[in-house]
Amino acid sequence: MSVPVRIPTPLRKLTQNQEIVEVDGLTIRDVIENLEKSYPGLKERICDEENNIRRFVNVFVNDEDIRFLEDAATQVKPGDEVSIVPAIAGG
Amino acid sequence: MTIPAMDNNPLFSHLQCRECGRRYPKDAIHVCEFDFGPLEAAYDYPAIAKAVTRAKIEARPRSMWRYRELLPIEGEPLVGKHTGFTPLVRANRLADRLGVKELYIKNDAVNFPSLSFKDRVVSVALSRAKELGIDTVACASTGNLANAVAAHAASAGLRSFVLIPADLEQSKILNSLVYGTNVIAIDGAYDQVNRLCSEVAGKYGWGFVNVNLRPYYAEGSKTLGFEIVEQLGWKIPRHTVIPMASGSLLTKVNKAYEELGKVGLVAETPYSIYGAQASGCSPISTAIKNNTETVRPVSKPQTIAKSLSIGTPADGYYAIRAMKKTGGTADDCTDEEIISAILLLAETVGIFAETAGGVTLACAQKLIASGAIPRDESIALCITGYGLKTQEAIAEHLGNPSVIKPNLRAFEALLEQPVQSI
Repeated sequence: MSVPVRIPTPLRKLTQNQEIVEVDGLTIRDVIENLEKSYPGLKERICDEENNIRRFVNVFVNDEDIRFLEDAATQVKPGDEVSIVPAIAGG
Repeated sequence: MTIPAMDNNPLFSHLQCRECGRRYPKDAIHVCEFDFGPLEAAYDYPAIAKAVTRAKIEARPRSMWRYRELLPIEGEPLVGKHTGFTPLVRANRLADRLGVKELYIKNDAVNFPSLSFKDRVVSVALSRAKELGIDTVACASTGNLANAVAAHAASAGLRSFVLIPADLEQSKILNSLVYGTNVIAIDGAYDQVNRLCSEVAGKYGWGFVNVNLRPYYAEGSKTLGFEIVEQLGWKIPRHTVIPMASGSLLTKVNKAYEELGKVGLVAETPYSIYGAQASGCSPISTAIKNNTETVRPVSKPQTIAKSLSIGTPADGYYAIRAMKKTGGTADDCTDEEIISAILLLAETVGIFAETAGGVTLACAQKLIASGAIPRDESIALCITGYGLKTQEAIAEHLGNPSVIKPNLRAFEALLEQPVQSI
């Protein structure tokens, strides 16, 4: 099962400039692992050395920040859209 | 497409990731491609130390641009030439009420042109936008920033879009519309507006002042700190209380105090910085109280201090570090405490602050009462926006005017009534 993942501008060099890529996965953790298989180098940008999502990366499933859901264990289902958004903005 | 500006300011050398230190050119970019850390303006401090003196700064016009060597633009300021240098008021009557010795109010409620500290950040962001050849500017805003972008864009002849949560105060919406900007009200909270802007920024080649122009924008806040120090006779106040939404202002006032020491304009005396939030949206002060650097977002902020209603504060982490490093801390206050503080400030200092100003004073009162801020050292409170912008918050808490017939007997009868006080 695949979901669309919206890639932020700073990472599009790794996705051949694609704004949205389709990736398999049942959870956000799966989605990140599979992003890495298709687009090597993406994971280290999104996750730190301890495999946690970086402090300055926000991940949304549809309109909800995964920190309000179950973080990387948040499940995704057909019809969902995942967005990776730089956290540093606003104020 | 933006046109790269000539690199003709060697004092402002490059942008740099605050996390990993990677260097970037001075473009309309705001995050590191490697770890998403914020990009920040980097300067050649030894060269600045040689280039500036107190006398040189003091001889310049009374605006925020008198500290231009420490601001990230290439040439002469192109936008906001009259912004800044707001009064620093010695508030003796309020000091007596709070039981402290030396109290100052930095009054950005009268900043030019749109009556909040956001005029500072927008002056820098739009000056840089013009240098980069950007013709359309935009922002995500809780109100004050939208007002500042709309006003400055109008004067600079730039097209502008301001994106705001739909439930903002009417005065703040009107204060944007009047300048002929495009006001887009989003059916959602600020963090949702901000996310939309993050996804839109870059797509159209626009300059979002607090997204892709953020490295320039944020530096404008330093001028509030520079001014406090100069107005105190080139002394850093021992304690500074600052309202927090994203935490950017607090982080940058701390940077201002550090930089003035680095370039030799002021003695590096100890100081402490304290953050103020509303209890209905207090992700940063909650993290401080829980002694963690992990800021847990607030999904549904609920406070009359709408200008501080940012549930996912971008600079929360850095604000916490600045407070801890300087021996400061944070507190938060209820809506009732905000209103009482607005009235106290107005009645004792003659300054009418918006709700965020109420937050600053209310939290300062708590920090003084708890002993976190000692009573016998200098204290500066940052008032960041004007009261008429949030008048609905206090309208019900004020009395009504006394209505009388236009004759002396009615007037004298009125004066004979018992004195009413709040």
